[in-house]
Amino acid sequence: MKVALLELRRRPWRFAPAVIALVLLTVLLLVLGGLLDGLYNGFTGALRAQPGQLLTYAADAKLSVVRSRIDAATTAEVKRVPGVEQVGGLGVALVGAKVPGQATEASVALFGYERAPHGVPAPPRQTGQVYADTSLKAYGVRAGQTLLLGPTQYTVEVVGWVSDTNFLIQGGLWGNVETWQAALASARPDQVLAPGTYQVLTVSTAAGADPTRVAAAIDVATGGTTHTVTRSFAVDSLPGIKQQRSTFNAIIYTTFFVAALVVALFFALLTLERIGMYAVFKAMGASSGQVFGQVVVQAIVIAALSFVLGAMLALAARGVIPAQVPLQLTGGRAIEVAVGLIVMSTLGSALSLRRVVGIDPATAIG
Amino acid sequence: MTALQLENIRKVYQSGEGEIVAVDRASLEVGDAEIVALVGPSGSGKTTLLSIAGGLLSPSEGRVVVAGDDISGYDPKRLTKFRRESVGFVFQSVNLVPFLTARENLLVVAEFGRRDKKKSAARADQLLGELGLDKRKSNLPAQLSGGERQRVAVGRAFMNEPDLVLIDEPTSALDTKLGEQVMELIVTEVRARDTAAVIVTHDLRMTHYADRTLNITDGVLCDASTS
Repeated sequence: MKVALLELRRRPWRFAPAVIALVLLTVLLLVLGGLLDGLYNGFTGALRAQPGQLLTYAADAKLSVVRSRIDAATTAEVKRVPGVEQVGGLGVALVGAKVPGQATEASVALFGYERAPHGVPAPPRQTGQVYADTSLKAYGVRAGQTLLLGPTQYTVEVVGWVSDTNFLIQGGLWGNVETWQAALASARPDQVLAPGTYQVLTVSTAAGADPTRVAAAIDVATGGTTHTVTRSFAVDSLPGIKQQRSTFNAIIYTTFFVAALVVALFFALLTLERIGMYAVFKAMGASSGQVFGQVVVQAIVIAALSFVLGAMLALAARGVIPAQVPLQLTGGRAIEVAVGLIVMSTLGSALSLRRVVGIDPATAIG
Repeated sequence: MTALQLENIRKVYQSGEGEIVAVDRASLEVGDAEIVALVGPSGSGKTTLLSIAGGLLSPSEGRVVVAGDDISGYDPKRLTKFRRESVGFVFQSVNLVPFLTARENLLVVAEFGRRDKKKSAARADQLLGELGLDKRKSNLPAQLSGGERQRVAVGRAFMNEPDLVLIDEPTSALDTKLGEQVMELIVTEVRARDTAAVIVTHDLRMTHYADRTLNITDGVLCDASTS
């Protein structure tokens, strides 16, 4: 193994083509993964943050928060279902927000909530006050500012920050129920809601209760006017989420495959070049495993080095990409790419195994 | 004790429907600390015989015994272990690893043999000292002269303390003076360690360094001289 490492150190230029290709693939993998994470989080943050295991929609809304309406009577029915511990109303208004001093409008999702989502404080007492998602800073939003929402320019004041609470790639604003109702009425005068009406209910089940059974019981109790699902199901049911994830993952897996191919071809050529040297090693008593081990060690080191360089490049690229682009470079994704790259490089190098095993030590002697 | 014993060795290659006999019923004994020169024209079978003696090739027929071990029936794995522990090679084209220093070229043998690092380092330094390469041990092969490279190759062959050293055309790429120096060095090293050696050469000027010279022609071995 020492021989393999010494060659890497003393003849780095020999490995440059593979490193360059893998660095570029690493950047591609990190950016694609970052975009996938950014889009996923931007789409789903508000729902993922909700308290309770279940979300109850109006049955005819087909799991659309925007279309769903649940009246006070239905909410009361839900509260009475055995196994239900806590119920809270949630509503959203998707509107444009004018930010003082900014030419471009920010798209926001103004939520009114009864039960505080994870990472969000209790609803502001004062109507018109909101917590803003930190992603809105990219649009110039600052604490203490007043934002003008919708065509009638309903005003809200930013009183604090929350994170990972966006919805459908729109920046999350979190106010009390009255703020949401007022903003919705201001933006859509035709859709003024009756008192006690929400769009979705967040439901926590009692300890030991089976959430799936409770969900079914809720829908039976409401006479089929509701559709109750688990939070994760609700997240996956957001429009385009599954397609988005499968498309990005297909590209990411293809890129990993290309990385394996690059390493395979590179080391296949390198092994061809080194047949003489490997024959000498074998003549001196090196086993095929020891010789192949050198190929694998070099493939792993190349992959690791390429990942480090690629990650640095991706971070540099992050600095020049506009903050509005939903690119999130996370440690988890980086580890996934690093491990994937190393595994695929190892597999790629395995293509040389047959050739290495087939090297006849007798060729060393002529 | 006999360092190398070849009994009725035959090596046959299939070629289409016919056969090519590379070595034909060759028998040879090499004693401890004995140096045998094997001479013959190109294609006579001398390299094949050397490869069989070193466990690089298996004979089609016959028996190969090295330091008391019959290696004729060894599978490739056991032959690898045998080469690692019992034989040293000096290859015709030296075949040093170009990106390793002189010292590392010796230590690579120890790495494959998973030998004790400290002992191996001491042995490499000792060998390089004996070969007059003390000040050149940190040089890469490209920074060494032809003679120095050959000396490193000789040192590498002795690194695993072999029972038998097999040397293939050690002077083919060297001028007469340098060739003689290398041969003297090989003989000195072999004698100093009581190791047996078989030297394949086509250079008849070098045979006087050997205790015995054997001729091989068309795969048939015959005694040519005794020193």
